[in-house]
Amino acid sequence: MSDEDEIILAELNDEELVQQMHDDLYEGLKEEVVEGVEILLDRGWTPYDVLTKALVAGMTIVGIDFRDGILYVPEVLMAANSMKAGMGVLKPLLAETGAPKIGSMVIGTVKGDIHDIGKNLVSMMMEGAGFEVYDIGINNPVENYLEALEEHKPEILGMSALLTTTMPYMKVVVDTLVEKGIRDDYIVLVGGAPLNEEFAENVGADAYCRDAAVAVETAKEWVAKMHNRRASA
Amino acid sequence: MKPNLIIGCGAIAQELVALIKANGLQGGLEVTALPAIWHNTPEKILPGLKEKVAAAQASDKYEKIYIGYADCGTGGLLDRYIDEEGLERIGGDHCYAFYAGQARFSELFEQELGTFYLTDYLARHFDRLIIQGYKLDTHPELLPMMFGHYSKLVYLAQVDDPELDELARQAADKLGGLAYERHITGYGELATFVRAAAGGEAG
Repeated sequence: MSDEDEIILAELNDEELVQQMHDDLYEGLKEEVVEGVEILLDRGWTPYDVLTKALVAGMTIVGIDFRDGILYVPEVLMAANSMKAGMGVLKPLLAETGAPKIGSMVIGTVKGDIHDIGKNLVSMMMEGAGFEVYDIGINNPVENYLEALEEHKPEILGMSALLTTTMPYMKVVVDTLVEKGIRDDYIVLVGGAPLNEEFAENVGADAYCRDAAVAVETAKEWVAKMHNRRASA
Repeated sequence: MKPNLIIGCGAIAQELVALIKANGLQGGLEVTALPAIWHNTPEKILPGLKEKVAAAQASDKYEKIYIGYADCGTGGLLDRYIDEEGLERIGGDHCYAFYAGQARFSELFEQELGTFYLTDYLARHFDRLIIQGYKLDTHPELLPMMFGHYSKLVYLAQVDDPELDELARQAADKLGGLAYERHITGYGELATFVRAAAGGEAG
């Protein structure tokens, strides 16, 4: 790009800047995304609006193009890195100003599996959507899930697996929740490349989420249902 | 008598051809391959394979068609299609498993989580498939996000080739200095599969 074509973010109006931030996020331009966040904050935007309208909305486009096979893992990770950098600026401000909290989630990759790219994307998008996320990392035996559920008392339990050899472990976790009589205390969402809806049903999960954007929508829907059920009980 | 056909992943094409020659099966068994780079995007495998199978069936040149893929990250979708079409494939989840043998691969897998596997093909084309394929050449900052939990690289060698051994060792370094091991597996269960496919039997 020549100097003449260079876009000066500070010279764009709000609408153009948000659009440009979506493009920068899509391209994985971390520094530009952080600059955009700072400009919007300087213009008096609330941290929550910057998060949802500029970052989450931009990342949703990335998610859709990943699902449709237009973007692949490296591009999504670069976009995620940019969003993470933007969220780094916003997080302390969100804590100060308060942002709507929709619910909370314990999430982890199952025992025997070290893959966490998908899980990390889901964690980030869930945080962006207003969920409190407790990420317990990779290679989790059932005890880790139980401990985290007991400690954080979330609405949602999320489990992830990339391998066909490890995904059956999700059933071990759900069966343990059933044995302990606490299965219905949680919304169980599962995800990972080799999974599908039929598998989720077979292991006793509430829903299969094929990507991070779907995970957010599914989580919102199920949490609303749970709150309605509790309110009418 | 028409020959049988193996439609397989490009990452095992050279090995399939070598096995056909070594077993004197030329004329009775042919091979056609799909792009090995789909290793990185398994969702492309099934549509590509369906097209290739349909073309082979329409040509009426082959007695029987075999599939030279393992599950390869298709999450059972490949098996569903194969069952519907009455086809057969080589067993296992990945090429690593059929080269090493299913039982031995399970042992290796359980020994240490966080092991990255290479075959001859992947050692030879590591830079193109992994380094460039995942943009690690231009975005090295992605390395910890993609491979941060790996601690070992195991090269499952089909042939004893010092050059490939060296390439695999370099690959371990490029993934952040992983511990390196080489196991010479030969062609493993792929050899059995090829012989069975030539005879028109179940693999």
